[in-house]
Amino acid sequence: MIEAVGLTKRYGKTLAVNNLSFSVEAGQVTGFLGPNGAGKSTTMRMILGLDNPTSGQVTIGGKKYHELKQPLRTVGALLDAKWVHPNRSARAHLAWMAKSNKLPARRVDEVLEIVGLTGVAGKRAGGFSLGMSQRLGIAAALLGDPEVLLFDEPVNGLDPEGILWIRKFMHRLAEEGRTVFVSSHLLSEMALTATNLIVIGRGELISQSSTSDFVARAAENTVKVRSPQLGLLRDALVGASATVVEEGPALVVSGMDSDKIGELAAANRIVLHELSPHVGSLEQAFMQITGDSVEYHTEIDGAAAQPLAPTGR
Amino acid sequence: MTLLAVERIKLFTTRSPWWCAALTLILTIGFSALIVGSTSDAAFITVSSAEFGYSFGLAVIMVLAALAVTTEYRFGTIRTTFQAIPHRGAALGAKTTVVALLALVLGLLAGFGSWAMAYLIKPGGDLALNSTDDWINVAGISVVYAFTAVIAVAVGILLRHSAGAISLLLIYNLAVESLIQLIPNIGPKIHEWMPFNVAHKFLTGTGGSNGGHGGENGPPLSTSPLSPAWSLAYFAAFALMMLGIAIYVAKKRDA
Repeated sequence: MIEAVGLTKRYGKTLAVNNLSFSVEAGQVTGFLGPNGAGKSTTMRMILGLDNPTSGQVTIGGKKYHELKQPLRTVGALLDAKWVHPNRSARAHLAWMAKSNKLPARRVDEVLEIVGLTGVAGKRAGGFSLGMSQRLGIAAALLGDPEVLLFDEPVNGLDPEGILWIRKFMHRLAEEGRTVFVSSHLLSEMALTATNLIVIGRGELISQSSTSDFVARAAENTVKVRSPQLGLLRDALVGASATVVEEGPALVVSGMDSDKIGELAAANRIVLHELSPHVGSLEQAFMQITGDSVEYHTEIDGAAAQPLAPTGR
Repeated sequence: MTLLAVERIKLFTTRSPWWCAALTLILTIGFSALIVGSTSDAAFITVSSAEFGYSFGLAVIMVLAALAVTTEYRFGTIRTTFQAIPHRGAALGAKTTVVALLALVLGLLAGFGSWAMAYLIKPGGDLALNSTDDWINVAGISVVYAFTAVIAVAVGILLRHSAGAISLLLIYNLAVESLIQLIPNIGPKIHEWMPFNVAHKFLTGTGGSNGGHGGENGPPLSTSPLSPAWSLAYFAAFALMMLGIAIYVAKKRDA
């Protein structure tokens, strides 16, 4: 649905996006993941024809953005919720957008109803909280009942209630069969909303895969085992070439799943008190994968990355 | 037509155009009242002196027009606009048209309002509109305001910052054109061809609207050598050239 080929954007000496190629499939929620400054917003602006790529191109359903007739009917986008004139009412803001793509005026009230802003439709948008602005932005994106929706960091700065609302909303949009492309720097957020992930760092593609594949590949899966015969168990596991780390009265095993460990214990007649698989945290996984490509490193990043050494805990 | 309607909604759903419009009329018509009211000799109350305040209204028109586009950059709505209307030339052209039309209407109200104010205060003045010069001096303000708005929108598009665009426009209009005359030898020559001086030529010509006093005992006349008709053409061409440059730049640039 959205197809980027060799997309490159250079601002002076900075290469914001470098030879980025990816495709966003129709009818699914695709996450666009990367650390701050990775080039996500720039890419989104290029998709919408706001920024001109230095080279390469991006198309929506085979067309460049400026070739779309009445583009709001094809692509809805929320890049920045504050892109509203503060003295204009929510309704007036939507009214001119509707007019520009020949959408009926009643559509304005419909989308206000969808996002729950009917009560404040006549109020100045400048007085809105971030959560309300975000809803207005989503109303604007939905105005043309578009097939494709783009959201740039939609949960940033929102309170938990707002985050939950956005999350539910995106599921609903996907259920309606729309193509949703949503950026975030939070993998945990993306894991909850997106079925596919496009991961970038420093403007370059790191991976494109399904979310579950990415998480499985990225996160280190370990199994915690406790046993009164810890020494015997350890020898058996090492003998079967698993990686074992002793942690108090337990062993943390990597490179072998819980089924195998259980069978191995039974075969060696070892009593087990605990056998629990752990899925690594998504944040850690994400940092491991994008760690080299964070634009601005600080001391504290280095410290945080330490415990993520490949051997695990 | 759709794009004009879009820009009309945008322009009139914020407050600054209303304030600027009111201020334009207060300044021009108020200035007419001030001049006419303080002149005792009815012979010096002429169409030209009643309309002299147009240049103050012109400054406000510049502010109105520049704000109409720079606030879009400031609040990011220009991006929403280009998202809804990817053809930037069409979007910006429509905006310029709507702002220029508003300026045109305000110019008409200011011109005839100033004249009516003078007539109300001193019905015995030399205020009859009985020559082409008189009519141009009253009605022509609308056209001058319209092209002034085009220039101000163009500067707004180019600079994208309200304060920068407004300062540049006002300083240029209030100071640069007249100060350039101070350059020895070539200064006055350059001044003859500066756009607002030429626009003033269109309005006041050779002083025909000053009740037979010419340039004496009335508002100063323009030094432009052009005829009023050519003056208008020159001013309009300058405004459209500025707009052309601005739209060209806006198309090339990232929004």
